[in-house]
Amino acid sequence: MQIEGKNLSFRYHPKLPWILKDVSLTVKEGERVGLVGPSGYGKSTLVRLLAGYLEPEEGEILLDGKPLPRKGISPVQLIYQHPEKAINPRWKMKKVLQESGMFRQEVMDSLGIEKDWLERYPRELSGGELQRFCVARSLFPGTHFLFADEMSTMLDVITQAQIWNLMLREVESRNLGLLMVTHNMELAKKVCTRTVHLEEINHRGKL
Amino acid sequence: MIFAALIFAVLLGVYLSGRLLSDDLIAADFSQKAQKPSLEHPFGTDMLGRDMLARTLKGLSVSIVVGTVASCVSAVIALIVGVAAATGASWLDHLINWVIDLVMGIPHTVLLILISFACGKGLKGVLIGVAVTHWTGLARIIRSEVLQIRSQQYIEVSKKLGHSSWWITVHHILPHMVPQFLIGLILMFPHAIMHESSLTFLGFGLSPEQPAIGIILSESMKYISTGMWWLAFFPGLMLVLIVLLFDRLGENLKKIVDPYSAHE
Amino acid sequence: MKEQPVLTVEDLSVSFHMYDTGLEQYDLKVISNLTLDVRPGEIVAIAGSSGSGKSLLAHAVMGLLPGNASTSGTIAYKGKVLSQKDKEKLRGKEFALVPQSVAYLDPLMTVGTQVTGKKPDQKLLQAQKEIFRRLHLKEGTEKLYPFQLSGGMARRILVSTAVLSDAQVILADEPTPGLDLQMALEALKIFRELADKGKAVVLITHDIDLAFHIADRIAVFYAGTTVEVADARDFLTGPQALRHPYSKALWEALPQNGFRPIAGFQPYAKYLPDGCLFGPRCPYKTRKCETTIPMAEVRGGYVRCIHAD
Repeated sequence: MQIEGKNLSFRYHPKLPWILKDVSLTVKEGERVGLVGPSGYGKSTLVRLLAGYLEPEEGEILLDGKPLPRKGISPVQLIYQHPEKAINPRWKMKKVLQESGMFRQEVMDSLGIEKDWLERYPRELSGGELQRFCVARSLFPGTHFLFADEMSTMLDVITQAQIWNLMLREVESRNLGLLMVTHNMELAKKVCTRTVHLEEINHRGKL
Repeated sequence: MIFAALIFAVLLGVYLSGRLLSDDLIAADFSQKAQKPSLEHPFGTDMLGRDMLARTLKGLSVSIVVGTVASCVSAVIALIVGVAAATGASWLDHLINWVIDLVMGIPHTVLLILISFACGKGLKGVLIGVAVTHWTGLARIIRSEVLQIRSQQYIEVSKKLGHSSWWITVHHILPHMVPQFLIGLILMFPHAIMHESSLTFLGFGLSPEQPAIGIILSESMKYISTGMWWLAFFPGLMLVLIVLLFDRLGENLKKIVDPYSAHE
Repeated sequence: MKEQPVLTVEDLSVSFHMYDTGLEQYDLKVISNLTLDVRPGEIVAIAGSSGSGKSLLAHAVMGLLPGNASTSGTIAYKGKVLSQKDKEKLRGKEFALVPQSVAYLDPLMTVGTQVTGKKPDQKLLQAQKEIFRRLHLKEGTEKLYPFQLSGGMARRILVSTAVLSDAQVILADEPTPGLDLQMALEALKIFRELADKGKAVVLITHDIDLAFHIADRIAVFYAGTTVEVADARDFLTGPQALRHPYSKALWEALPQNGFRPIAGFQPYAKYLPDGCLFGPRCPYKTRKCETTIPMAEVRGGYVRCIHAD
């Protein structure tokens, strides 16, 4: 499987400047792509486009040559920078996992999710612990691509290493495609099979 | 919490005492007419010799019923309309906003009188009138709240996990609305009661036979110049008290239910 | 280097009075027996995971803790122990905070006014322009309102606010996330220059690999207390120069140093272990670790571990 963004262009309003212009990027199953570039170059926007969270103004997103489905369970799952915003604050963690139908012991074990966390509310867990849940709920059998948008920027280095190690093991064993955004070149070097510099593929010109 | 329970008990007490008092107590007794407040008749008696305390309690219990029914109906309308505006198509949102502006733009009392009159006055007219005019404010709050929640990341995630818009509304959005809804509901009570009373006072509401606060107050106006101050004073005071109690109850519940202010 | 510390935090503990479900209440001890000092002319970087009490320390120093917090221990400025009133007086004058959240900007004021204050003189304006230029904030940025800024821009504005204030002590709470490497380095370089001019800088950060290069000393926080305060060079040297097992673990978890994490989690403030807070994750744990561990001087640094040598 592969996901392909073809000549994507995006801006928030016709009067505003382009954020992305004619950007093409392909992620194949089994490869780990690091997306790097200066702040404000539209890294997050590109990831959200490819995951189907935003509609491009021009260009198309193809999953194995066919348009990415808009409805239903998405084969592309996105993990955000702030896990506390990606989890309903009024839900117990158990319900968060149940929402995705992901409640298998082996996934919880492999991500180091402890049993008694399930009975807690999000505010009683740290960012690193919450982020594990976000990864866990994205890993269901239909997932083929994981996109991580600065997933570990707000975490300390030990938690960052813990989560990435767990994640890489899952990505490898399931042969998923990974696209990760980061500012940390050392991290990209460690995690990815190749890195893409957005400023080299974004043709929007100088702001 | 204890305070809220206490207020609730008082309100329930007023309602029940009004209900349970026998009608004999407000039977006319001309030997007792127009008495000043005394131990026997703490609120005094009126021109027909009826005990004003009993009349006030009965009147208040009618008011509480009207308030409860009208604000419940109103709050449910607000919830449905608010959620529909925020989740439905954009034309629906425009339409609903237009209606809200329209209802809010017309002076409240005028609209109430019109609707109540058109529905044939009486209890039914008042109930409908109050119910269909009070939902706008809450609907607006709920609409904006739903819009705000719908822009959250966990809603996006839920969509990508394959959940339908309906599923998300039921599981993510409605539970978030519960505190807003309850508080809005209770804070609507005082409005409903006041408007019921004023409508009745103006003669467009309940019929004169019913022991409503509005009736009592409008009757008393005829006698106030003759120095019978207690006819208006005590019922009016009680009305204000009940309204204030409901208001306090709402504010207290807000502290308990709303997690964001509770932790300060 | 052996100057008197300008800011001294001694044995600080902070707890929050919390409501549980319903009416149950409990005290949450988020900082326990924390000790730290900063001298003029140096940058002390605070490293540690979220929930280790880094931001709270900054708020405690500034006197910004919410009403349900209670503190013990002392915070002293130039040798004088500060009361809440003193902190409020010093805030903004002697102490400046670069807050973590960009929501701290006043939404109704242009950022230029927020950075320089009302009616700035020519010199200040010049300095503001210079700082904006160095932080790659375009000319005209000072006329914008906070809602017109991107997250990274807002963060840079916050940095320049503290830089232009005349404060002697600057507390920077996560000034770098959301900035790319080049910009983060530029921001840190500005802090370095401030320190070289004799100011004291406390730099709270996740990006510890950057901090190693820019700071003079590193304070490692764990579960609300200091476990090690050491020369930044020790962190560049590697684990053999470090004293506390948690500091070593931090070093080894960096992507460039092996990316090997230790297992386990920082304990939640509600369920702190007895004695050494790192005990449950520590390979060297013995019975003795279950008592209160004091800070001790080891090889020129300070460490809260009885096994360090």
